[in-house]
Amino acid sequence: MTAKTLFEKVWEQHEVVPETTDTPAVLYIDLHLVHEVTSPQAFSLLRSKGLKVRRTDRTLATMDHSTPTDPDEVFGRVPIKVESAARQVKALESNCREFGIELLGLDSDQRGIVHVIGPELGATQPGKTIVCGDSHTATHGAFGALAFGIGTTEVGHVLATQCLLQRRPKTLAINVHGRLQEGVTAKDLILAIIGKIGVSGGTGHVIEYRGSAIEALSMDERMTVCNMSIEAGARAGMIAPDETTYRYLKGRRFAPQDADWDRAVERWQTLRTDPGAQFDREVDIDASTLEPMITYGTHPGMVVPISGAVPNPANDPVHAKSLAYMGFSGGERLEGKPINVVFIGSCTNARLSDLELAARVIKGRKVASGVRMLVVPGSQQVKREAEALGLAKVFTDAGAEWRESGCSMCIGMNGDIVAKGEYAVSTSNRNFEGRQGTGARTLLASPATAAAAAVTGKVTDPREFLSELKSVVHS
Amino acid sequence: MEPIRSLESRTVVLPFTNIDTDQIIPARFLTTTTKEGLGQRAFADWRYDASGAPRADFVLNKPEAQGCAILVAGRNFGCGSSREHAPWALLDFGFRAVISTEIADIFRNNSLKNGLLPVVIDEDSHRWLLENPGANVRIDLETCTVHLPTGASVKFPVEGFARYCLLNGIDELGFLLQKNDAIARYEQAHA
Repeated sequence: MTAKTLFEKVWEQHEVVPETTDTPAVLYIDLHLVHEVTSPQAFSLLRSKGLKVRRTDRTLATMDHSTPTDPDEVFGRVPIKVESAARQVKALESNCREFGIELLGLDSDQRGIVHVIGPELGATQPGKTIVCGDSHTATHGAFGALAFGIGTTEVGHVLATQCLLQRRPKTLAINVHGRLQEGVTAKDLILAIIGKIGVSGGTGHVIEYRGSAIEALSMDERMTVCNMSIEAGARAGMIAPDETTYRYLKGRRFAPQDADWDRAVERWQTLRTDPGAQFDREVDIDASTLEPMITYGTHPGMVVPISGAVPNPANDPVHAKSLAYMGFSGGERLEGKPINVVFIGSCTNARLSDLELAARVIKGRKVASGVRMLVVPGSQQVKREAEALGLAKVFTDAGAEWRESGCSMCIGMNGDIVAKGEYAVSTSNRNFEGRQGTGARTLLASPATAAAAAVTGKVTDPREFLSELKSVVHS
Repeated sequence: MEPIRSLESRTVVLPFTNIDTDQIIPARFLTTTTKEGLGQRAFADWRYDASGAPRADFVLNKPEAQGCAILVAGRNFGCGSSREHAPWALLDFGFRAVISTEIADIFRNNSLKNGLLPVVIDEDSHRWLLENPGANVRIDLETCTVHLPTGASVKFPVEGFARYCLLNGIDELGFLLQKNDAIARYEQAHA
């Protein structure tokens, strides 16, 4: 038998019709996640053609992008301020009712950011094909699933046929050796990877993240890494499932139970790249040399170690335009730069361990005067757990705002925005112009770096705070 | 969908690399439940000032840009989110093709499904187009060729099935629905 990569195994198991030179493969989709922003036109398409949803049992809907995070708006005590968002929420409610799809709506205690709740509910499983009308669907690849973002037309295709027409992508192995140092997180790792291969370095490829540094990561951390695959241009990123994966999934709502569980684990154990399997490309990274990373520009590949300086290439008008937008000059150091807003949230970094890390930095300290800190848990479950562990109180005692779950300030289409010209250190995934609000200036970083910036009001190396805390614990 | 065989137009040039979908259509305009009217929001943050007035110096606001159906942009056009609102906005503005040296995967897919041609060409031809905004260009989908006014013709790749659908005005969903038996067999085998 020929040696195969993890991707090839999952792909071939889902070919309803293999590709030919004339036609793409018909690829079966095991799980379709639906949200309010990229689905209304797809439901309209089904309605206009008189089509039904083929597999309502493989379709799960929630609302996260345009939904408010203010509890009064979420729970209907006051109307949703963004009127068009309120209409979108209503549209998803009525579409799910009409087509018979389970909706984890505003009143559900299982609601949350679509890429946080899929894994949390155990719907995300190794070897599945998973799609959603959202480019951060790559997150689910952390479980050894083939998961990728699709457009609204394709959302319609999957609703109607449970299939997609797809050409087989190329494979890219990113081998991460060594171990991340204390205070250097999965977010810093993926930012470093994007910095190395570039924002289109993964275009046309599915990435498999491999190596000792990846195996050592928790599921939350693996999700952070896979989440930002699209920021390197790759539609999907995958990590082979292992004991860490199985431990995470066992007992969750949609996970197999009893004898089914044992059979599932047996099947999942085959989902590894065979020795000798060939990737189209390979890239090597040494995790042990990495520092906390922070972006300085207007795409995630414009990133430097936190102790570094803003690059200053000659004759690069696009770089110059980006720096002008950010209000930075080539050659200047980022550490010590004053900031206005700290956002801890998003499908990249709003799971429980992200909030724990930020709370370790913040605990017993105050948000610097003049700085706004917004902490938005990734799901209602994360919110409940963080409240039970006292993390929410750590944030509110420090002067931060604690909200209901949602995409919030990552995408700035729900009322949570950064004002024009202001600097936000954000744990989200995109620092594009205007992403967090028209004229907003985003610096992407880990939850530790973001929390450290909240305390000092400046771009700060979080390791000072983490080591201080460690010495307290050990004394 | 209307069949597309070829199109001819003057070009508009946005000479920036990595133009992401948040620039093409900012997220605050995604709370719509239809596809209509997004053209007036295309590149909104580059096109309008804080008061909502058009910026006279932005290329899409210039008189010579009106009626142009071909957008020439820098490498990695359409990176970022999966929002199909990006090709919807460009089409509603009047564009029928985007030419670059690299086009992001999801944006390219979304464009093909809506009749916006994603055209990837070599760096030399692309540089010529960047340096000659307003050039009259013909794109022939039957031969997968871009014809420049210099007389040069440049080949570009298009996935064969997507090209077939565009040339014949065929909807991919119709093709998938015809695979119903194969899908049912797959579901039975994997139940």
